[in-house]
Amino acid sequence: MVKLTVNGRQHELTADPDTPLLYVLRDELALNGAKFGCGLGQCGACTVMVDGKAVLSCITPILLLEGRQVTTVEGLGTHDNPGPMQRAFIAEQAAQCGYCIAGMMMRAQALLQNNPRVSDADIRAALQPNLCRCGTHMRILRAVRRAARLMQTADADSAGNSQ
Amino acid sequence: MRKNYIVLSRRRVLAGTGALVVNFCSMPRLLAQEGQQSQAAGRQLPGSLKAAPFLDSWIRIGADGRITVFTGKVELGQGIKTALLQIAADELDVPFASLNLVTADTARTANEGFTSGSRSVQDSGTAIRHAAAQVRALLKAEAARRLASAPESLQTENGAVVADDGRRLSYGELVSEEMLHARAKPTSALKDPAALKVIGAAVERVDIPAKVTGGAAYVHDLRFPGMLHARVVRPPSYGAQLRSLDTGGVERMPGVIKVIRNGNFLAVVGEREYQCVKAMRALAAAAHWEENAQLPRQHELASLLLRLPSHDTAIFDQRGPGQAAHKTFAATYTRPYLAHGSIGPSCAAARFEDDALTVWSHSQGVYPDRQAIAQLLGLPPEGVRCIHVEGSGCYGHNGADDAAADAALIAREVPGRTVRVQWMREQEHAWEPYGPAMVTKVAASLDGSGKVLDWDYAVWSNSHGERPGGAGALIAGRSIAQPFPTPAPRANPQPEGGGVRNAIAIYKFPSARVVHHFLPDMPVRVSALRSLGAYMNVFSIESFMDELAQAAGRDPVEFRLDHLEDERAKAVVKTAAERFGWSQQHLARGHGRGFAFARYKNLAAYCAVAIESEVTPETGRARAVRAVAAVDAGQVVNPDGLVNQIEGGIIQSISWTLYEQVSFDAQRITSIDWSTYPILRFNAVPDSVEVHVLNRPGQPFLGAGEAAQGPAAAALANAIAHASGARLRDLPLTRERIKAAIAV
Repeated sequence: MVKLTVNGRQHELTADPDTPLLYVLRDELALNGAKFGCGLGQCGACTVMVDGKAVLSCITPILLLEGRQVTTVEGLGTHDNPGPMQRAFIAEQAAQCGYCIAGMMMRAQALLQNNPRVSDADIRAALQPNLCRCGTHMRILRAVRRAARLMQTADADSAGNSQ
Repeated sequence: MRKNYIVLSRRRVLAGTGALVVNFCSMPRLLAQEGQQSQAAGRQLPGSLKAAPFLDSWIRIGADGRITVFTGKVELGQGIKTALLQIAADELDVPFASLNLVTADTARTANEGFTSGSRSVQDSGTAIRHAAAQVRALLKAEAARRLASAPESLQTENGAVVADDGRRLSYGELVSEEMLHARAKPTSALKDPAALKVIGAAVERVDIPAKVTGGAAYVHDLRFPGMLHARVVRPPSYGAQLRSLDTGGVERMPGVIKVIRNGNFLAVVGEREYQCVKAMRALAAAAHWEENAQLPRQHELASLLLRLPSHDTAIFDQRGPGQAAHKTFAATYTRPYLAHGSIGPSCAAARFEDDALTVWSHSQGVYPDRQAIAQLLGLPPEGVRCIHVEGSGCYGHNGADDAAADAALIAREVPGRTVRVQWMREQEHAWEPYGPAMVTKVAASLDGSGKVLDWDYAVWSNSHGERPGGAGALIAGRSIAQPFPTPAPRANPQPEGGGVRNAIAIYKFPSARVVHHFLPDMPVRVSALRSLGAYMNVFSIESFMDELAQAAGRDPVEFRLDHLEDERAKAVVKTAAERFGWSQQHLARGHGRGFAFARYKNLAAYCAVAIESEVTPETGRARAVRAVAAVDAGQVVNPDGLVNQIEGGIIQSISWTLYEQVSFDAQRITSIDWSTYPILRFNAVPDSVEVHVLNRPGQPFLGAGEAAQGPAAAALANAIAHASGARLRDLPLTRERIKAAIAV
């Protein structure tokens, strides 16, 4: 039995240890955020964060994740109380069909959580593994830049509060 | 007998509780009968009211004032849920946020056919707008009766009718069951364009918050109590026959409930999804197929298309007075098969219970899909309910309907349990019906002043419309032990056209002839891909216009304007050129600029695109650096939604144009994932994409969802030609082709 933490909650999983994380998130934990796109690690629709790093959940078996911290898009905020990344994507209306978007957000979150002061070239390079078919790329880039600003402000605020 | 059935259905409709519950299973027959008496009147009705003329097919109001809008169209990521609600909110005079929307469901909504052809706002939006205006008028008339006031003295606001003296009756108080079950009238008291508040506003999309927070948003997210998972095993190639199969090993695998074999249709049902994936792999390994497909040689595709038997039609033939041609030019353009390439492979859920089937599908047409599935299962159409749930963007006829049929066949084998079928990436890539390969040939002469004198254009293409109408259009229908025959391919008629969509150039030429060589033989499975033939025809026409402009020594924008008569077309061309800075362009070394224009289908939105590209001669790599577009979609419902569609269309078209082609060997499709079918990634995204909207308040809505693909492709090809001196006429404009052309 594999134990891991998803969005701050601990889970003991009964799925076979070779089961990719994606199927556990979607089917055992009923989380919709991570999407099945290719099952081959080629499109990024399944991207989540593991210990703060972007990981392709469709090719990562749970046996490798014992004791790790997994974050999905559900862990960034809620419909009624969206987090900075979610607010940025809503504000920029950065979706068409939206199927790739949660994966984009998680990869961007991993980038910005590490360093919110990133260049446009950094964002493009980071998002290279993730595919969008509707052509929403310009809005996705704008949304990530907006999220970076929001997170910098939040950083500044929390720095101010702690003083 | 049939008439009685209809009358009974009608009574059942009228006896519905609360707000009217209309059984749409009976509506098509009902309409077919009642429609006969009023067909002439029906033809006059705006938009999809022609197909469903009762107001309560579109708008229902409960006694509690709760308003629900119904549409037979579906959300594909194009934002129509939001746009249709905006239209209803304005014409009903109710807050946008107070409205509910029900999209395509054979038990609840009108039959609006397919959500395709950029027609949702034109068809459904127009119907909802008129229905809403007429509902508001009925409510006002009822209020006038109750308040003993003249209707003209009454106003509507915020879901209520208000009199001069402040007396107020809410819509919920005024409505009755019968009131809205009224036949629509051909004309409505629509609001003055200047008075519209919600139409024309950049209202935020209603579906985005759930999509960015992990809400249930897609058919893939459906979960039912006791739901089972399933996977299908497809043959290795078209038409392969299953010769032997030992299912014993697979049936004993953990979690496997059932292995289903019906002719060449193979599937496995299990408790847990990943157990199904493993069982699917084992089943595929246990199956032995006899392959008999004979696919054409990919590098000879264009010459094959020109040799296939064809049905030839002159779709346009206008001969002007004979004049001596100064110079004559000719060119041939080709495009490969293109994949829809949805990021989420197709998915469906189905439950078979008490001889009735419910299917949840991301189909673009729930009614046609219901008909096909009913035929597949030998059920009456009334025995199948098809409910649309959003999928990953489809861009036309992808695997959605086939996955729904798979789910239906599988669900019949496990009655009482809901089954969810998820296609794998390689199944979507190998089995979706592709956008057809095409060849176009164009020849034109210039007169002494550098204007086009005559124009000859010809298109060779398969059908662009093999959507279900029957079970034979479905993979499952062709695979089962008693297969359904593949329907005879058909060409979409003009004016919209399939392979010949946008084949008639919008420009005014003294003489012009356009011939359609329709190719019924389909070596590779094909159907509708976003914009159908328009992508290729606009690429060809607008590439050739550039070639002609160059030959005439004219500026490409001026040359186009010289041949345009439609003032709205000219305005779009001028706006794109001005905003791009066409006339004062200083380009970096290795950069080029290109321009293109079309009016989608020659009857929908106008779109012009200017692109600056860079070409690296050493590698042949081309990139669109910036794009500037102008669009006229008539009266704009949601400007941000329109911009989103045009931006997306441009980027999708850049991907098609630079990278994409379905590949195959003598038997099998070989482009089966994102490494063998590469598409645009972030390193190739332009630095900027600008879209300028020319709003036309008071003008009809013009579909815009597919308006940008053709112009973007030609603008990019023209920019590459300008940057490198190499004119490429074969799609895709790959690195290798550009490098080879530069080297010549």
